[in-house]
Amino acid sequence: MRVAVITFPGSNCDQDCFRSVEVAGGSPSYVWHRETSLGDADAVIVPGGFAHGDYLRPGAIARFSPIMDAVIAFGREGGLVVGICNGFQVLCEAGMLPGALLRNRSLRFQSHDCHLRVERTGTPFTADYRRGQILRMPLSHADGNYYADPETLAGLEADRRVVFRYSNARGEVTGEANPNGSLNNIAGIVNVRGNILGMMPHPDRAFEAALGSVDGLPLFRSLVGVDVAVGAGSTREVA
Amino acid sequence: MIATAEAPRPRPGDPPITPELVDDHGLSPEEYEQILRIMGREPTFAELGVFSAMWSEHCGYKNSKRLLRLLPTRAPWVIQGPGENAGVIDVGAGYALAFKIESHNHPSAVEPYQGAATGIGGILRDVFTMGARPVATLNSLHFGDLDRPRVRYLFSGVVKGIGDYGNCVGIPSTGGEVYFDRGYEDNPIVNAMCLGLMRKEDLIRGTAEGVGNTLMAVGARTGRDGIHGATFASEELSEGDDEASRPQVQVGDPFTEKLLLEASLELIASGHIVGIQDMGAAGLTSSGAEMAGRSGTGVEMDVARVPVREEGMTPYEILLSESQERMLVVAAAGREDAVREILEKWELEAATIGTVTASGTFRVLQDGVPVADIPALPLTEGCPTYERPGEEAEEVRDVREMDVSHYISPPNGLESAFLAVVGSPNVASKQWVYEQYDTTVRANSIERPGGDAGVIRVPGTNRGVAASTDCNGRHTYLNPRSGAMGAVAEAARNVTCTGAAPMAITNCLNFGSPLKPHIRHQFREAVLGMRDACSHFETPVTGGNVSFYNETDGEAVYPTPVIGMIGVIEDLDTIVRHSFRDARDAILLLGTNRGELGGSEYLYAVHDGLVAGEPPGVDLAAERALQRCLLAMTGRKVLKSAHDVASGGLAATLVESCLGRPRKGDGVGAAVRLDDDLPDTALLFGEDHGRVVVSCAPEEEDRVRQLAADYGVPCTRIGTVTGEDAALEIATHSSTLTLALDVLNDHYFGTIPGIMSE
Repeated sequence: MRVAVITFPGSNCDQDCFRSVEVAGGSPSYVWHRETSLGDADAVIVPGGFAHGDYLRPGAIARFSPIMDAVIAFGREGGLVVGICNGFQVLCEAGMLPGALLRNRSLRFQSHDCHLRVERTGTPFTADYRRGQILRMPLSHADGNYYADPETLAGLEADRRVVFRYSNARGEVTGEANPNGSLNNIAGIVNVRGNILGMMPHPDRAFEAALGSVDGLPLFRSLVGVDVAVGAGSTREVA
Repeated sequence: MIATAEAPRPRPGDPPITPELVDDHGLSPEEYEQILRIMGREPTFAELGVFSAMWSEHCGYKNSKRLLRLLPTRAPWVIQGPGENAGVIDVGAGYALAFKIESHNHPSAVEPYQGAATGIGGILRDVFTMGARPVATLNSLHFGDLDRPRVRYLFSGVVKGIGDYGNCVGIPSTGGEVYFDRGYEDNPIVNAMCLGLMRKEDLIRGTAEGVGNTLMAVGARTGRDGIHGATFASEELSEGDDEASRPQVQVGDPFTEKLLLEASLELIASGHIVGIQDMGAAGLTSSGAEMAGRSGTGVEMDVARVPVREEGMTPYEILLSESQERMLVVAAAGREDAVREILEKWELEAATIGTVTASGTFRVLQDGVPVADIPALPLTEGCPTYERPGEEAEEVRDVREMDVSHYISPPNGLESAFLAVVGSPNVASKQWVYEQYDTTVRANSIERPGGDAGVIRVPGTNRGVAASTDCNGRHTYLNPRSGAMGAVAEAARNVTCTGAAPMAITNCLNFGSPLKPHIRHQFREAVLGMRDACSHFETPVTGGNVSFYNETDGEAVYPTPVIGMIGVIEDLDTIVRHSFRDARDAILLLGTNRGELGGSEYLYAVHDGLVAGEPPGVDLAAERALQRCLLAMTGRKVLKSAHDVASGGLAATLVESCLGRPRKGDGVGAAVRLDDDLPDTALLFGEDHGRVVVSCAPEEEDRVRQLAADYGVPCTRIGTVTGEDAALEIATHSSTLTLALDVLNDHYFGTIPGIMSE
């Protein structure tokens, strides 16, 4: 599985994503944001960071980087795309995922571990998790407060497109466990077709025991384990 | 560029050089005489500005240099000692670590957000200009008491400034310290430390080697901001300065910094350049002169070729601007286009502004007309240095000699005192601070903030680098020599508690005005204390920073020599953390309780801000034995936890070991019995050095005791871990305390968020 990791000038999690893919057994490569082609990539990761400084609004300028036309086309054709943290913000700005990431409820940058409940396993990204599994991994952002209009939100829930929700250590989805004010404790979603994932927490900082958690690794394992010849539409539902 | 030996003449519009103008530039009549001797003629206005910046305290170290020479700087593992952008040590497996700490106190006092942000920017550049990729930052922050609104404004602004800058560049914060004491009321201490890793062969220095090589200005454009920042940093503040001084504070742009970081590392790896240096304090002047001075070469540059932000800037302004995110690069002749190509990839500019010459002078032209021509070495090394006698202030002697045993009984009982100490902002968790910093980016943070020391993994290895910053300003105020020794000892204990061997330090010496005898006394004593401790621990000083004139309206801060200690863990599987883990584990104390309450948090928090008494003494031999003993224990994996005793005494150490980390609610209880024949407050809150609380599995207790005996370290079983949902119970010969974990949680984790949300 060849995974393209997009590097914007202000990406700062590109190396972490690269390493995560490697540890999961995939073949990562960097693609500079000024490129216009993804080459022979089987999947794409848009990593965290501050793509172009994000002085305007996170991801607002990255959406216009030359590589984004290729990423949008790739996603439209069913290619697997993962946006993590700033990458999630970029995918929302690019219209590849619905909704927006607002300033955290605390109005501060927040960096700490969070718990997530796996809401859906039938995606190319979550096939190696159990439904209801509780994950722990770092989050690190100022703008992670997921918002969508009521209709969009209802659609996300009805289609079971919310993949990860903030929970406490026992898996209870509570207000106290919501770190940033996200609607319905949403931490990660997929698009209608299920081939594009966006999430705020960092599986790319939880891929080995020395870092305090390995809960992010199954996400990358799932990604690199997808049989791309069959296509992203064919996914394994693990009960 | 037109080479000409013509001497510079005053430009039209330059003010005449008068004694008043010389004085305005912070130069004494004697120093000006020295300049005349060096030049053999009257300097131009631009030359006077250059001397003023280079001979400022900030760049020239004129009141500290002689004493700093007393510090040990060498060890077989030191690759680069003081005098470069950053110190460098060998950390094994082919890797070298560049590290340094610097102050941004003055700018932060005036504009906390930008002041702190640009402090991070500067220290990152000092590290990546050595060829190292920054991998961690730490901050040592000292503020006034949090009950003052102005202090809360400074505190929140500084923390946000540090966070926004470091988070954007993508460097994890792995530790540091935050103190609150009225001794820092109007003068916060904001010290930023950075660690960077590189392969040893990638080391590059700030030199201008090779006559004929090309000088290039790289990065952001030069504007009128921060002109004479170095001189500003070398003066006292006075009321009303926060408005008038704002133009001397620079504005940070972390995105440009990130681009500059990546471009610089790519440039260094490309082999197209021979030297690189940050245009930091005193900008183009110090970078150009220092690079020439270090290489014994000269430089010639034309300011008309420097990319500027605004029209009509004079040579004086261009030479002294402190606009951020700029570098001076020496490119190998003929490689200029290759350099430019790399910079363009990162959307940055690179302009050829001059050449390396054999003249030995720092020569500046404007459109080919000479405006400055100064011998480089006298400019960088010839700054007059002073060592005037000092004398201890009487008031300090009086409070030190005060008998604090009158305060041995707490006015509202022992439990109330216990909670007051644990919940004082100095002891309480700094989670509110470090959760605003990205602590996990780069996926190598093995030990995050909140423990004794942060630990970063050396990529691709199982080795780790531990780092801690420490200085208890109250202790150094009361006794600068033992206080500074104690700062080194505490920093060494902190890294050792994680299982890392202390290797070297960087220091940031924050003091008042060296023109005052009592400040000179503090400085001299602190340097001597540091010298003794660093020599004894074999942790040489590889560089750092001196910040004088931390005064407002004549009131100086506590003398604050901050120590940034580096330790190396050869096998990360031996790492130890500070929190108790499993029920039935044995709790042991290494070291001896002496009950030293002088300068303690107990006196400050429980007795109305009392700062008095002889602070804890330091037994260097015992500290060294303790360090070796701990490393023997961690190396053999017999410990489950280790936690240093410092501010707040045993009370703070036990609470922190019980409450765990990183989120509240993860704690375990403990039953502790302290049999020492000492008053309760002295026993629980004394800040005696040389102590570490460890825990181990019951079956390892004998081995722990045996190892302690082997190293001659006193070792006492003081308790047992009692598990979840329990309490911290402490029995002394005269009292018993039972402290529920949720009550401790509220005090320890709740204090700072509570104050800051008011």
